[in-house]
Amino acid sequence: MAVALILVLVALGSVIFHLVSPWWWTPIASNWSYIDTTIVITFWITGAVFVAIVLFMAYCVYRFRHQPGRQAHYEPESKRLELWLTVVTGIGVAAMLAPGLLVWRQFITVPEDATDIEIFGQQWQWAFRLPGPDGKLGITDARLISPDNPLGLSRDDPNAQDDVIIEGGELRLPVDRPVKALLRSADVIHNFYVPEMRAKMDLVPGQVTYIWFTPTRTGTFEILCAELCGVGHPQMRGTVVVQDQKDYQAWLEEQMSRSFARLAPAAQ
Amino acid sequence: MVDVPLGHVGPAHTADVEDVELYHPHSWVTKYVFSQDAKVIAIQYSLTALTVGLIALVLSWLMRLQLGFPGVFTFIDANAYYQFITMHGMMMVVYVLTALFLGGFGNYLIPLMVGARDMVFPYVNMLSFWVYLLAVLILVASFFAPGGPTGAGWTLYPPQAILSGTPGGQDWGIILMLVSLMVFIIGFTMGGLNYVVTVLQARARGMTLMRMPLTVWGIFTASFMALLAFPALFVGAVMMLFDRALGTSFFMPAIVEMGQALDRSGGSPLLFQHLFWFFGHPEVYIVALPAFGIVSDLISTHARRNIFGYRMMVWALLAIGALSFIVWAHHMYVSGMNPYFGFFFATTTLIIAIPTAIKVYNWILTLWRGNIHLNVPMLFALAFIVTFLNGGLTGLFLGNVVVDVPLSDTMFVVAHFHMVMGVAPILVIFGAIYHWYPKVTGRMLNDTLGKLHFWVTFLGAYAIFFPMHYLGLMGIPRRYYEMGEMTFVPPSTHTLNAFITIAALVVGAAQLVFVFNLFWSLRHGRASGGNPWRATTLEWQTPETPPPHGNWGKDLPVVYRWAYDYSVPGAAEDYIPQNQPGAHPATGMSHG
Repeated sequence: MAVALILVLVALGSVIFHLVSPWWWTPIASNWSYIDTTIVITFWITGAVFVAIVLFMAYCVYRFRHQPGRQAHYEPESKRLELWLTVVTGIGVAAMLAPGLLVWRQFITVPEDATDIEIFGQQWQWAFRLPGPDGKLGITDARLISPDNPLGLSRDDPNAQDDVIIEGGELRLPVDRPVKALLRSADVIHNFYVPEMRAKMDLVPGQVTYIWFTPTRTGTFEILCAELCGVGHPQMRGTVVVQDQKDYQAWLEEQMSRSFARLAPAAQ
Repeated sequence: MVDVPLGHVGPAHTADVEDVELYHPHSWVTKYVFSQDAKVIAIQYSLTALTVGLIALVLSWLMRLQLGFPGVFTFIDANAYYQFITMHGMMMVVYVLTALFLGGFGNYLIPLMVGARDMVFPYVNMLSFWVYLLAVLILVASFFAPGGPTGAGWTLYPPQAILSGTPGGQDWGIILMLVSLMVFIIGFTMGGLNYVVTVLQARARGMTLMRMPLTVWGIFTASFMALLAFPALFVGAVMMLFDRALGTSFFMPAIVEMGQALDRSGGSPLLFQHLFWFFGHPEVYIVALPAFGIVSDLISTHARRNIFGYRMMVWALLAIGALSFIVWAHHMYVSGMNPYFGFFFATTTLIIAIPTAIKVYNWILTLWRGNIHLNVPMLFALAFIVTFLNGGLTGLFLGNVVVDVPLSDTMFVVAHFHMVMGVAPILVIFGAIYHWYPKVTGRMLNDTLGKLHFWVTFLGAYAIFFPMHYLGLMGIPRRYYEMGEMTFVPPSTHTLNAFITIAALVVGAAQLVFVFNLFWSLRHGRASGGNPWRATTLEWQTPETPPPHGNWGKDLPVVYRWAYDYSVPGAAEDYIPQNQPGAHPATGMSHG
């Protein structure tokens, strides 16, 4: 009796915790609300299954608990019941997988008009690179990294001449413009993670990975490293400042003039 | 009439070969230390694994103290924290769970449950334990090595695992870890071959594969999988050891570390992840399948009812085992691998949910119309279903590639895998110990202490890991020594973290009750007799309890029926042992 009651409390308590606890995801700031929708669908399906099964168990524990004279029912299997349960499970799984795969296709299909930017990680800080007026990022090579070339840009590549390098961990982006972030690491694996953007992807040394998203509201959002990268891992923070187009443009032009000033001697 | 292998199989033939003489011990040392008796080896394995488990438990306390009360315990610095989480994870997954289920329960139960005198290669079996013990000693030695153990996380991802920014990366820590894993795998292979060959070759007459208890099916399938999966980890460890010690570049691309260019190029960090998870995902099921098997037998025995859908349970085990080899990259959705792999691995991963769900249904349908005795093993089995169900369902979030993107690498993952492959299998281990302790010692464990241990462990563990999912949902990453400033979480998050820590301390302390019970009952427990649970399977039918070396006395048992003849209509008792001759009393089902 007590056991059945506690099982009921576990099931209902879990649901109540889910509904009333103050701990829930951050308000979204990117175009990936589809991901949130898929999570909500998954919560509904799995939550219903969890509650149904635990309550059924509680009922069995109560109804079929040992009492003098009780004999269990002898029934090795029931093909019909097992088939029926398999089919229902299959439908439930498909109902979660199908939207998941559809959204995944969008997630990895970068829109044509996305702006390339680069996100660069090293122990334990972030740096960023924006294309200059030509809209193109120049070639890089980890072997070119040096104190006066912190991101390892190829000086021979004309596309690299006007690239804007942002050190200090603050990335600015214009609102409502899709960006394709190319991710690169100098040393170990890091992970670019902005909870509000629902964006997360590893930066792997020796290769370039990517992720795309469209910021949908202005504000300041934290960048966290989400892949263990050594003892400084939790201190590897940065911010994304999403601005409206005009403010962003003004900021960008200021950065460009600085960048040109710095690159000019080396480019001679 | 349903077509299941329950009925009488024609008369058993007499053995046409002589039984091979066992190597009998001649001294205390050969009986209890360098023993070739699978049952003694099982106890050696179990006690070693439980000791490692206690070390890993203390490590989890230390890391929870830091997370719940950051800055209060100043001796836990960032280095120590990462060393604690790494050693906790690796110890629990490999050196506790794998060793306990396969080396412990496998050794004890396989020969007894299939009606064999011992494992088929007793000498190799003995070596298996001693090599395992060596692996444990190497691992523990890293606590005392210069620089301490590795703090690379249990996944040991290079390049950070072998660089100076990670504790132990340029010291002895990572080397000892890799060597220990290699030694463990050598030891396991010796044991694993034994378990598989014993099941295939040494079953008693009449013990067809489809009459084996699900415990044996679970351990057998898991051993087979481990023999296929561990080599991937072995080669990964060899390659990383070469990278660390010889300066090769298997996993090392061109790297600039703290401004210094390293003399490496051309390697692939992702290659290690593929090798690791090709082992690592089957490893989850190497731990889960024995638990599935054991819990099936606990539920059936204590509900006095045949396991529902036995054949489906066997096929589901095999299906899960096979599928688990083609889902590994669901650990790598945000690793930077080709994103098109996501479609394939999400699909295979969610397909695994179907055979897994069937197992859950069949467990609860076994309870349905049963005669449920709520003794301690049954309580643990029920708690297993709740926690496994919970952890399995959150797996549907993480397996569904796009849903994994926001949740990956957060506390949601930590909560998920602890629920599904930490708490759930450990509850089965406890249930199994309460269940088989009488066979091992001839005495029952104390019931009151058992129930106290059960309730604190089950409800406490649920209180630790259920709310933890919501930390991850908010976006708190895992493997953070301290949260620091996170503007996107409410301040109450710190309260939740403190609560989880307190729950973890309480649950950990409750394990002392269990340890006390193990030792106290050895002397003071109620005498159990040979078959206290009135169970059908062969290990309960031995002539002596505890069974001596050779298990069966003069004659090996002969098996006449499946393992689940509980509450057969018309039978005198509510169970019919597998070795009891005679046709099915009620219906005379004639097929085999």
